[in-house]
Amino acid sequence: MAVQWRKDIDGGLADARAQKKPVLLDFSAAPM
Amino acid sequence: MYPDERVAQFINRNFVSIKTHIKENKEAFGRFGAQWTPTLIVLDSEGKEQYRFEGYLPPEDFLAQLEMGLARSAFERGGFPEAERRYREIAQKYPKSEVAAEALYWAGVSKYKATNDPAPLKQADRELKERYPESSWAKKASVWGG
Repeated sequence: MAVQWRKDIDGGLADARAQKKPVLLDFSAAPM
Repeated sequence: MYPDERVAQFINRNFVSIKTHIKENKEAFGRFGAQWTPTLIVLDSEGKEQYRFEGYLPPEDFLAQLEMGLARSAFERGGFPEAERRYREIAQKYPKSEVAAEALYWAGVSKYKATNDPAPLKQADRELKERYPESSWAKKASVWGG
């Protein structure tokens, strides 16, 4: 299983509101 | 840590997860004040920061930090019984982690906030003195005089 990362911050926040879930925001410099 | 199955499952179950790369979205680093990588921020669904940690961690410690983020989220929205339960679970599941003492401290605070009874603060002080006497959290709780 892989983490289901999104790249769109504001879209992710909208999803979080809809799903009533917190957001985990990862700031990375590692290869994507 | 992300290849770890437990970490991936935990994140997918509990969070909407967003990854942003310094080469692709420098603006986001400024927007959220991220000065280093990796920086992990737990936001509530309105985008308000609840918890932050920086630097690589092995899976067990990383999971403990994620659970601290969920506990803090409950605390911030006034869900003190949930926050207390989560903090207690962290202290039980990750007794050797860096956050175990902090979790015991906040478990006491959460129960106090839920009940207005100072006894949980005294209990937290006693537990911290017994289990993590050298921690800064034991020093912080010492004022509660358990």
